Amino acid sequence: MSPAATKRLRVLVAKPGLDGHDRGAKVVARALRDAGMEVIYTGIRQTPEQIVEAAVQEDVNAIALSILSGAHRELFPRIFELLRQNGMEDVLVVAGGIIPDEDVPDLKALGVRAVFGPGTPTSAIAEFIRNNA
Amino acid sequence: MAGVERWERDVYEPARRKLPERQADFSTTSGIPIKALYTPEDRAGHDYEREVGYPGEYPFTRGVQPTMYRSRFWTMRQYAGFGTAEESNARYRYLLANGQTGLSVAFDLPTQIGYDSDHPMALSEVGKVGVAISSLEDMEILFRGIPLDQVSTSMTINATASTLLALYIAVGKRQGVPIKKLSGTTQNDILKEYVARGTYIYPPGPSMRLITDMFRYCAEELPLWNTISISGYHMREAGCTAAQEVGFTLSHAIAYVQAAIDAGLDVDSFAPRLSFFFVAQSHFFEEVAKFRAARRLWASIMRERFKAKDPRSWMLRFHTQTAGVSLTAQQPDNNVVRTALQALSAVLGGTQSLHTNSKDEALALPTEASAQLALRTQQIIAYETGVGDTVDPLAGSYYVEYLTDQVEAKAREYIEKIDSLGGSVRAIEQGFEQREIQEAAYRFQQEVERNERIIVGVNRFQVPEEIPVPILRVDTRARDEQIARLRRLRATRDQAAVDRCLEDLRQAALGTENVMPRILAAVENYATVGEIADTLRAVFGVQKESVVI
Repeated sequence: MSPAATKRLRVLVAKPGLDGHDRGAKVVARALRDAGMEVIYTGIRQTPEQIVEAAVQEDVNAIALSILSGAHRELFPRIFELLRQNGMEDVLVVAGGIIPDEDVPDLKALGVRAVFGPGTPTSAIAEFIRNNA
Repeated sequence: MAGVERWERDVYEPARRKLPERQADFSTTSGIPIKALYTPEDRAGHDYEREVGYPGEYPFTRGVQPTMYRSRFWTMRQYAGFGTAEESNARYRYLLANGQTGLSVAFDLPTQIGYDSDHPMALSEVGKVGVAISSLEDMEILFRGIPLDQVSTSMTINATASTLLALYIAVGKRQGVPIKKLSGTTQNDILKEYVARGTYIYPPGPSMRLITDMFRYCAEELPLWNTISISGYHMREAGCTAAQEVGFTLSHAIAYVQAAIDAGLDVDSFAPRLSFFFVAQSHFFEEVAKFRAARRLWASIMRERFKAKDPRSWMLRFHTQTAGVSLTAQQPDNNVVRTALQALSAVLGGTQSLHTNSKDEALALPTEASAQLALRTQQIIAYETGVGDTVDPLAGSYYVEYLTDQVEAKAREYIEKIDSLGGSVRAIEQGFEQREIQEAAYRFQQEVERNERIIVGVNRFQVPEEIPVPILRVDTRARDEQIARLRRLRATRDQAAVDRCLEDLRQAALGTENVMPRILAAVENYATVGEIADTLRAVFGVQKESVVI
């Protein structure tokens, strides 16, 4: 078997914050699985601590954060702080949901590699993760 | 040969061969097949008097009131709330000054999930998606200068609905309004929270008890209050079809009615105050049919299944909101048009109240200007188009009556399926509705990605765009003010009285006494939303999400 076939990408789809809008997270989780990745979905209302704990436990290559409540500016910095503390700064982090364009530069500076807004095809998300994780 | 068969053979088929149709098959979101033409033949064997009837009469297919919008337009009720109570109060006064006729309060997520604004889980969410309310002090500010006997107020609140209703009553009492005159709605629909919306706290059993306690309390004390708004909206937004929206919603309604009857309530004592909440999505005629079908189906459920005698118990009264998921971040001005068409379907379907979404909601909360445009959309439909001048104007359309029958039949199948699983609570525990919704959501997304379903500006007619849309941002100053106020309150209130009230509540929750009067006493003594929720968590336990993908 080729190395590509033996190593499946492991992706954590996570919902930080308190909002219950999980349609996007679940559709993306399923699309990534159908694209051949190993997907772990956290469920809703996850704290940064719970998300990073899951990322460590599951030894993932990528984390996809979905948030629609507007709390990303507070929650994402904490997630990156915890990732660094756990030596996971090489994990690919992407985000989606309702994230205003003007917040994107700050999130990128923090380490979010891509922000996928409403209307993004799931195939584009899968491709980005495959090429960058 | 009947006329239509002749037409199909001699006219339609040759034409179709010459000019092929856009699709091999046409169907609605619910998978109802759509023919090229509907004629009187499609109504053969149907009984107008029995199936369609007259507005204000069983089975209410044509509407719950005899005069509908000829007497009074629907209530224009824009959902709003953000930041602190002061900021939201200012937005409400702005909307009322602009001709809005009812209030609709959006609470922030901590308030909805029973955390005070200074709880660690709350910190990043205070005031974000709605207003932060932790105590009676906040609630008084929220309604400052708004006489509660002159507006009706809808509150999107579920797990903590009893507490927020108690806060509303307490504000009314302080304004000197007799509580019998308070009118409005608490959403109070916990079942759809487990299925789609996510703001549950306690497990289903005790949650249903809180709801029946409120039914009983309001039947005695608040005769004008809509105790529950049984909601299909969020399940549809999460992905289900129109027929599933009706089927799941009415199944949940059946569960609430049964729970109240099991708790010893007479069906006609509470059923007239049940209300409903649906989406207006984009498939225009299916949506109109959906509202008509839901009315007819509910009437028969209440009369036949639950033997309700009061005609008001048979009436499905509903609020409608246009479809948030249909809004696009691309070319946001297009959303004004989508929303207008969806709103029109709700009006043609006979809604009692309506929220029209703002064009910028795929990006952030609406600005004042876009919230005004959304309200204007409703006013134009009401005052300029004339669609409200006759009752149920699409009745008798061969197509709309066909769709009404089809949506009803499919919804009935879902209700039967859920009955066979042991009712809604069991069906939700087994993940039935959740799976159905996810399947439909995934199917929809795949259709969009394969370009089988066109979304203007997203997968066709795109333009390169920078999005210079002004957006509303909730800053952390709001949170800091809110937390400071809460800390001051805790330091100055009568703590012994708070402790006593919370203990009384705990005892009531442990036994069978109605918790509503205990919650009211607690909030009047400045116990907080979080403290009341914690008291009940200790008795009832908390619900864990069962993740289904």
